[in-house]
Amino acid sequence: MGFIKKLFQTKKAKQRAQKYRIGMEKTRERVFGRLDELLASGTPIDEALFEEIEEVFIAADMGVDVVLALVEHLRDTVETKAIKDAEDLREEIVEAMFERYVQGDIVDTNLDVDHPLSVLLFVGVNGVGKTTTIAKVAHLLTAQGKRVMMVAGDTFRAGAINQLRVWSERVGCDFFSKPEGSDPSSVMFDAIKKARESNIDVLLCDTAGRLQNKTNLMKELEKIHRVIGREVENAPHETLLVLDATTGQNGMNQAKVFNEVTCLSGVVLTKLDGTAKGGIALAIKETLNIPIKLIGLGEKLDDLDYFDIEEYIYGMFSDLV
Amino acid sequence: MAFDHLSDRLQMALRRMTGKARLTEKDIEEMMRDVRLSLLEADVNFAVVKKFTKAVKEKALDEKIIKGLNPSQQVVKIVRDELRDLLGGDTAEYAVKSDSLTTVMLTGLQGSGKTTTAGKLALYMRKKHAAKPLLVALDVYRPAAVEQLMTLGKQLDIPVFEKGTDVKPESIAKEALAYAKEHGHTFVIFDTAGRLHIDEAMMDELTRIKETLKPDEIFLVLDAMTGQDAVSVAEHFHGSLGVTGSIITKLDGDTRGGAALSLRHVTGVPIKFMGLGEKLDALDVFHPERMAGRILGMGDVMTLIDKVTDNVDEDDMMNMMEKMASGKFNYNDFLKQLKMIKRMGSLGGLMKLIPGMGKLTKNANIDDKQIVYIEAMIQSMTKQERKNPELLKRNSSRRRRIAQGSGRRVADVNRLIENLDQQMQSFKRMSKMDPNQIDPKNPMKNMPSQAPKQRKKGKGKNRGGFRF
Repeated sequence: MGFIKKLFQTKKAKQRAQKYRIGMEKTRERVFGRLDELLASGTPIDEALFEEIEEVFIAADMGVDVVLALVEHLRDTVETKAIKDAEDLREEIVEAMFERYVQGDIVDTNLDVDHPLSVLLFVGVNGVGKTTTIAKVAHLLTAQGKRVMMVAGDTFRAGAINQLRVWSERVGCDFFSKPEGSDPSSVMFDAIKKARESNIDVLLCDTAGRLQNKTNLMKELEKIHRVIGREVENAPHETLLVLDATTGQNGMNQAKVFNEVTCLSGVVLTKLDGTAKGGIALAIKETLNIPIKLIGLGEKLDDLDYFDIEEYIYGMFSDLV
Repeated sequence: MAFDHLSDRLQMALRRMTGKARLTEKDIEEMMRDVRLSLLEADVNFAVVKKFTKAVKEKALDEKIIKGLNPSQQVVKIVRDELRDLLGGDTAEYAVKSDSLTTVMLTGLQGSGKTTTAGKLALYMRKKHAAKPLLVALDVYRPAAVEQLMTLGKQLDIPVFEKGTDVKPESIAKEALAYAKEHGHTFVIFDTAGRLHIDEAMMDELTRIKETLKPDEIFLVLDAMTGQDAVSVAEHFHGSLGVTGSIITKLDGDTRGGAALSLRHVTGVPIKFMGLGEKLDALDVFHPERMAGRILGMGDVMTLIDKVTDNVDEDDMMNMMEKMASGKFNYNDFLKQLKMIKRMGSLGGLMKLIPGMGKLTKNANIDDKQIVYIEAMIQSMTKQERKNPELLKRNSSRRRRIAQGSGRRVADVNRLIENLDQQMQSFKRMSKMDPNQIDPKNPMKNMPSQAPKQRKKGKGKNRGGFRF
């Protein structure tokens, strides 16, 4: 006890959290601001309070299971430590969050792009922002001096290929596509060949959005994954699930099924600039141990950031202590 | 997740309370806790859940005992009814004018599926209302958005009005309206760019487009997988635009879609359509009662039970089961059975009410006409033949006569004979089966198959349906 409080009071921590505080201003105010009100000095701790705390976290789309466990933990703590005042719960909540998501957790959010030819595969359901995310990652990697090629693996949705082409022109990187309706695995196969010929460092592979309960489409994805692995050793070096921050409990299903099929290396949480909290990503992290690697905070090319769970939690809860 | 569905949860609660003649307030509270969790897991907004459980609790305490239902079943019924009412009760009407131009504006967050929905809606209006649709591309921001709409237009053979990406959307809208009038279009769909509800500049743009168009409908297109934030999105869009209806997309996924309920409840805006797949004909009018069943995670078992109890005489049913089990089931019984089924409504409709059967009905050909044919064949039998099915098995001239008398082929008569046999056999097997072994996820798995073998479909439109 007291350790967290000290941490928050250091200037450095405050500065670090600043970025998240600004980026997720709305989230913090709307959701966790409620906690601040609830846990006022002198408020008695009763069942109604626990229920309200539960609702605050559920409103952030954190998994229902996860929230129930968290509140259960709080109940126990209240009993064992004989806490009477709601205000004293603040620190307990922050500590619990840290214990859950930060401590003992050395997550490398860097992308694994240092192979002779690194292949990154982007997967997800429809409309989460895969194509835009690829553009942002391409922008990020080109700035690091990598030679990047985008691969238009969404040969199904109308206009998807051109959408990626336009982005590649804006970013100024290479681009590979085959006609609409081509087998996506063959697109990957040819792209890898082309990338080797033209000394590309990183291949960013787009795929068509697919709902995880469509067996055939998931089989198609499995094949894409397999073909890439056959052509390049240990590839794909990253398989990133792109997840819309507004997604609710279904995000967990998405992560589960996509992970079974393609063995995910991380999550990209998009559209965090809205009022959504992306809490389901925390639940995914806890339940499936798939880290959040990147976050999207807007529509511009540089609106992409590495995710730092510590800063995220600082940002969210720094008002509480 | 131990309890995937509210129905499972409620059943657990029910089991704890069986035998109780009355439910105490505490019992009901316990049940409401299960209801609450289940709704939260379905992404229903927590504030809505709170109100909902409170309303159900009050009703449950207040409820007079309905004959035939035990107290816990009564609570389930209240939950379902409330849920359906929350979702809007009856199917909502949408604007489509037969004599003049109907204009519709699609709005929503990025990636909710506006452009695809625009294409689907155009096709729907052409099919159902013989409208002459025009698609208008107002998304000048997202790369290749205009092209996406044009590609859809080409696939559907529906014209697309576009002015590239350098003209202001409100100007394009105005021109498009004039163009539509000039060219005799009767249904114009304006596809706007996706935007965040808190982006004021972009929301202002929508307001300007609205002022220009004065559209008949402004739809909010919402992804069914949206979580708790759906409420905030809906409030903002409705607040600044006065939305007239919403369209829930991607309902073909495995999401429970509680966001739909929150949206309806918070804004009062009716849900008018739902998107059910990537194919362009996968759009349907929204049915609140179906959605209620989905959020609850149970098929509409209650309706099925209602129908069965209303139409079936219990003594008759028991009689028939006994006959089947003893192998004495004959064509007279078969005829009676068919009449019962007919009283309950269409076969396809019935199948949909059974949990887990919804998917099956898509593939199986359930044809109400078959019942008529079977009746005709049985009625062409002599009294002797109806009583004694064995007579037909050994005598081909009898079968030929029946075929001629009923206007069917001999093969159909043979299939009927086979069918009766199979029914009896499968019933015998079923009565030996332990009901606990039925997999709740897939109730048909261990069921003896009794459906006549499906003939393989040839090269038709369903061939190689890869996208499903």
